[in-house]
Amino acid sequence: MLSTAGEWLRGEGPHHQVVISSRVRLARNLRNRAFPGWAKKAERTSILEQIRSRVEALPEMQDAFSESLQDLAALDKQVLVERHLISREHAAKGAGSAVVVNRRQTLSVMINEEDHLRMQSIRSGLQLKQAFKLVDKIDTALESKLDFAFDPRLGYLTACPTNVGTGMRASAMLHLPGLVLSELINQVIQAVSKIGLAVRGLYGEGTEAMGNLFQISNQTTLGEKEEEIINRLSKVIETIIDKEHDARQTLLQRKPSMLCDQIGRAYGVLTYAHAMPSKEALNLLSVIKLGMDLGAFPEHQRLQIDELFIATQPAHLQKSSQQKLNAEERDYLRAQIIRDRLKIFPKPDISRMVRESGNGLTNAPSSNE
Amino acid sequence: MHKVNLCEACSKEKGVQDSTSFALADLLLGIGAAEEIEKGAPAKKCPACGFSQADFKKTGRLGCSECYVTFAEGLGSLLKAMHKGTEHVGKLPERAQRTMALSQRMRALTENLQKAVADENYETAASLRDQIKQLESELSNSP
Repeated sequence: MLSTAGEWLRGEGPHHQVVISSRVRLARNLRNRAFPGWAKKAERTSILEQIRSRVEALPEMQDAFSESLQDLAALDKQVLVERHLISREHAAKGAGSAVVVNRRQTLSVMINEEDHLRMQSIRSGLQLKQAFKLVDKIDTALESKLDFAFDPRLGYLTACPTNVGTGMRASAMLHLPGLVLSELINQVIQAVSKIGLAVRGLYGEGTEAMGNLFQISNQTTLGEKEEEIINRLSKVIETIIDKEHDARQTLLQRKPSMLCDQIGRAYGVLTYAHAMPSKEALNLLSVIKLGMDLGAFPEHQRLQIDELFIATQPAHLQKSSQQKLNAEERDYLRAQIIRDRLKIFPKPDISRMVRESGNGLTNAPSSNE
Repeated sequence: MHKVNLCEACSKEKGVQDSTSFALADLLLGIGAAEEIEKGAPAKKCPACGFSQADFKKTGRLGCSECYVTFAEGLGSLLKAMHKGTEHVGKLPERAQRTMALSQRMRALTENLQKAVADENYETAASLRDQIKQLESELSNSP
């Protein structure tokens, strides 16, 4: 399973130009058993055994990838983190914890992370409702076999009080280069934070925003129905999508030279560099992706770029080259993979991009040279 | 409503440098309670899992589902500050739905019984008592 990318990485979902992926996770715990962080090893192991067989027996988990964290190599754990199938916290676990992922990689269940069960569905594009539906279904199937800790007033009881109630965290990964380049992103982040939603970087809590990628999610879990939380979040995301498209059009009309310069530089550096750090790669690929959305590159090559976002991550690089590489070696290999991929790419067609935006030729660069 | 960010990452964002000393416990127990623990005041422990308030201060996580009952008093205001509401309105597991329906019926039967006794309607009261007994056994058998 680790050698092939999951469905969500193909980037075909609704609003895929801006929304990379949608995820919904539910936290559940067994009644009268210590939470994983407090349970002794023997108890954790017995909880794991009890839950794991039930999860593996789900029809959705036929031929699933199921591994104990202690049996997974560090590199494989990192690959799962880079695909957002397990959390960084879960990757740090060993004996007494496990992960079960379905074949299509749309469903992953972490056992004994912070809670006994963390079930997650991940879909490409804006598909929060579909993601919820899938994870809700397996939750219902599991609750008939497992006695979940539930209080009529407080809802599902979780290790951290911030998750109590629905135990649900819904989030979407957004690509917002337009808002970043027009320096409107902080306004958006502030506005979103004010209405009880959280904005985070690529790998969740406390991580930096790289590649103009942002995760937006609900912050509260008590006092609101699951469907209400998802509707509210979806509406906010739709507004952000509009704002991002507006920002791109405004940039095309007011600052076409700046935009062309950014895309041209990204193309130049990625095509000719021989050492490419992961952060720089993400930032430049983000600009290429923006150029693709604006028509500077042929549409049929979109997947080539989208794949590079994940293929150039440290663990994926090492996995594909089947060797352990230090940071310097990774930078060389990353540059080489990107160069090879961009070889078949035509130069950015700047004039087409500006023409398609409906902008006249005033102030626009005349050709792709 | 006073809004507080409580996870370690948020606390760092808020400029709290030492994340171990920043703990939910201070909020859970009220200002100054943390010092009391350090002075060795008898700390409340969860009877189910042995988890104490000091452990909560250290980790920001609870020990087991029973901890929500043990520390209910302090948790109330914490949850109020953290969330949109204080009561769960979302999904109910089927088991809970069943138990809740049974408890509701029990409440109705008990009320009717009291009324029947007050009205000296002993025949009805006897039948109600039987129904309550039946329901009690169902409730204790439900998981």
